[in-house]
Amino acid sequence: MLDTRTLPDEFGYFGPFGGRYVPETLVAALDELETSFQRHHQDPAFVDELENLLHFYAGRPTPTYHATRLSKELGGAQLYLKREDLAHTGAHKINNALGQGLLARVSGKRRVIAETGAGQHGVASATVCAMLGLDCVVYMGEEDVHRQALNVARMRTLGAEVISVTSGTRTLKDAINEALRDWVTNVETTFYLFGSATGPHPYPKIVREFQRVIGREARAQIQELSGGLPNSVVACVNGGSNAIGIFSAFIEDPDVKLIGVEAGGRGGDQGEHAATVESGTLGILHGSRSLLLQDEGGQIIGTHSIAAGLDYPGVGPELAYLHHVGRAEFHTFGDDAAMDALQLLARTEGIIPALESAHAIAGAMRMASEASSDHVILVNLSGRGDKDMETIAAQLGEGP
Amino acid sequence: MNRIDSTFKSAKAESRLVLAPYVTVGYPTRESAVELALAYVEAGADMLEIGMPFSDPIADGPTVQLASQIALERGVWLEDAFNLIERIRSQTGIPLALMGYANPFMQFGFGALSRESSAAGADGLIVPDVLPEQAQDIEAANAEHGLHFIRFAAPTSPLERLRQIGQGARGFIYCVSVTGVTGSRAELSESLPAYLARVGKATSIPRVVGFGISRPEHLRSLHGRAEGAIVASALIDIVQANPPGQGVEAAAAHVRSLAAAA
Repeated sequence: MLDTRTLPDEFGYFGPFGGRYVPETLVAALDELETSFQRHHQDPAFVDELENLLHFYAGRPTPTYHATRLSKELGGAQLYLKREDLAHTGAHKINNALGQGLLARVSGKRRVIAETGAGQHGVASATVCAMLGLDCVVYMGEEDVHRQALNVARMRTLGAEVISVTSGTRTLKDAINEALRDWVTNVETTFYLFGSATGPHPYPKIVREFQRVIGREARAQIQELSGGLPNSVVACVNGGSNAIGIFSAFIEDPDVKLIGVEAGGRGGDQGEHAATVESGTLGILHGSRSLLLQDEGGQIIGTHSIAAGLDYPGVGPELAYLHHVGRAEFHTFGDDAAMDALQLLARTEGIIPALESAHAIAGAMRMASEASSDHVILVNLSGRGDKDMETIAAQLGEGP
Repeated sequence: MNRIDSTFKSAKAESRLVLAPYVTVGYPTRESAVELALAYVEAGADMLEIGMPFSDPIADGPTVQLASQIALERGVWLEDAFNLIERIRSQTGIPLALMGYANPFMQFGFGALSRESSAAGADGLIVPDVLPEQAQDIEAANAEHGLHFIRFAAPTSPLERLRQIGQGARGFIYCVSVTGVTGSRAELSESLPAYLARVGKATSIPRVVGFGISRPEHLRSLHGRAEGAIVASALIDIVQANPPGQGVEAAAAHVRSLAAAA
């Protein structure tokens, strides 16, 4: 049986993936973060405060919902949705933002920086900083600033400064570059609130631990609702914070299939998708060794997805490891499949998912239609679609 | 003896700093990168840092980013770096250090990289996102081909870590002058002398200061505090500010004024 609780190792590796590939300037801050995390995340006072915030502030536990009309429509397996879209700020990102926000507060650093793609981690960070009285600066690629304008307005309303990044591909990859440059410059006064299960050690571990709550709740809920463990757990994957959060509770259940769904974008050509596990190769980016979309010379290549939060050319090291050892499977669904899934979920269940989560729904729908009615599929509905309404309306030809 | 070691030895004997200008592979063009490098040698450079562009250079400020981007748009590959080194080596005996980020080097393979750079005439390898604790394989491959793997120190490195960095370090320690990215700065940090003294306490390997070094007075202030300096963004800024064809001469003139202060 695979046990990943002891991973990463002391150098931050999950098998051949992970580690710490950063400029020397950041080493002391990463060491300090690791020490602080080890000291606090099991300290009863810290755990109590975080659990209180998750409950009274973020609205946890989020429910697990049996989507009966959607299941019937598909004519196969029973679909259950872990409703992270109902958490405060509209996505699972708040779980990690609260945890790291408390670490920022104990660090004594008053300035917090964050990167964001779809804007959900940026909104969660801005929210937590407002609540804890910390200054917040969010780096966001210029292309994402345009397509997630609503989230930019939310962050600014919450008092955060949003910096539009115009270098490179102007998406999440470049936002992380700029955030790392800020951190290397202001490391002595600044806490980097990292949102994805990627980056240098100890971030992949910290993000997993703070997102573990999704799986812990879902495991108890699905057993109560369906009388047992699910046959499959499905989540959308890019960096992978929502996926590792829900998978973490089922890794040691060999009969539960773990399925990650990557963004297929417009099709199979290089630059037209973000299916890193499916077509990436081993490399080093943003502080860790993992699978990457890159050319033969090791330069990182552009990606495309209709979902801004899936538009990154890498994947978290633990997910790359779960793929490597055969514990998780990865499938790819494109822009059109995600839009179809979004519409079907909206019309059968009255739930508009985020475009990112719609990829997981698309993957689950395909599996459900090929399975029998006693088959149980648990899907992480990681976020709500409010932020995407302009994109959705334009896609459906119902723009203003 | 590795050319890096002999260069620091003779600079010490002459109480001079080792001046190391930086050249981006493929910038301003493949050909003018060769001209630029040779003009720097002619102007008094003691060593050259040859920078291989990367799409995501997290330790670099806007100047080096832009030069890298221009070179990458021209389709620069690692083979172009070997070619540049080979052409410089055919004209000069000064040490050449190849700098680049981990990923392009990893894709080429660190064994092959060490063999090819050494064959082209390089003397050292600088990889800003590979820490000593991740570098055992690279250091071994470098050593096999007579290359020095250059380690970094930062103002945030505690004394104990500086000692670890110093143990097994080769050639020189690349001392990042400030917490920050590369880029020309008007003033050096006030805490730089104390930090360089800390590095000197931890190791006897030569200290080379980089990031923000742009003016002759910066070099003068480093005498007795460090053994060398790297100048990158200030020179690229000059190349960029001049019309095509005149940048090489203007940047070389600046190297000449820096060399006089070294």
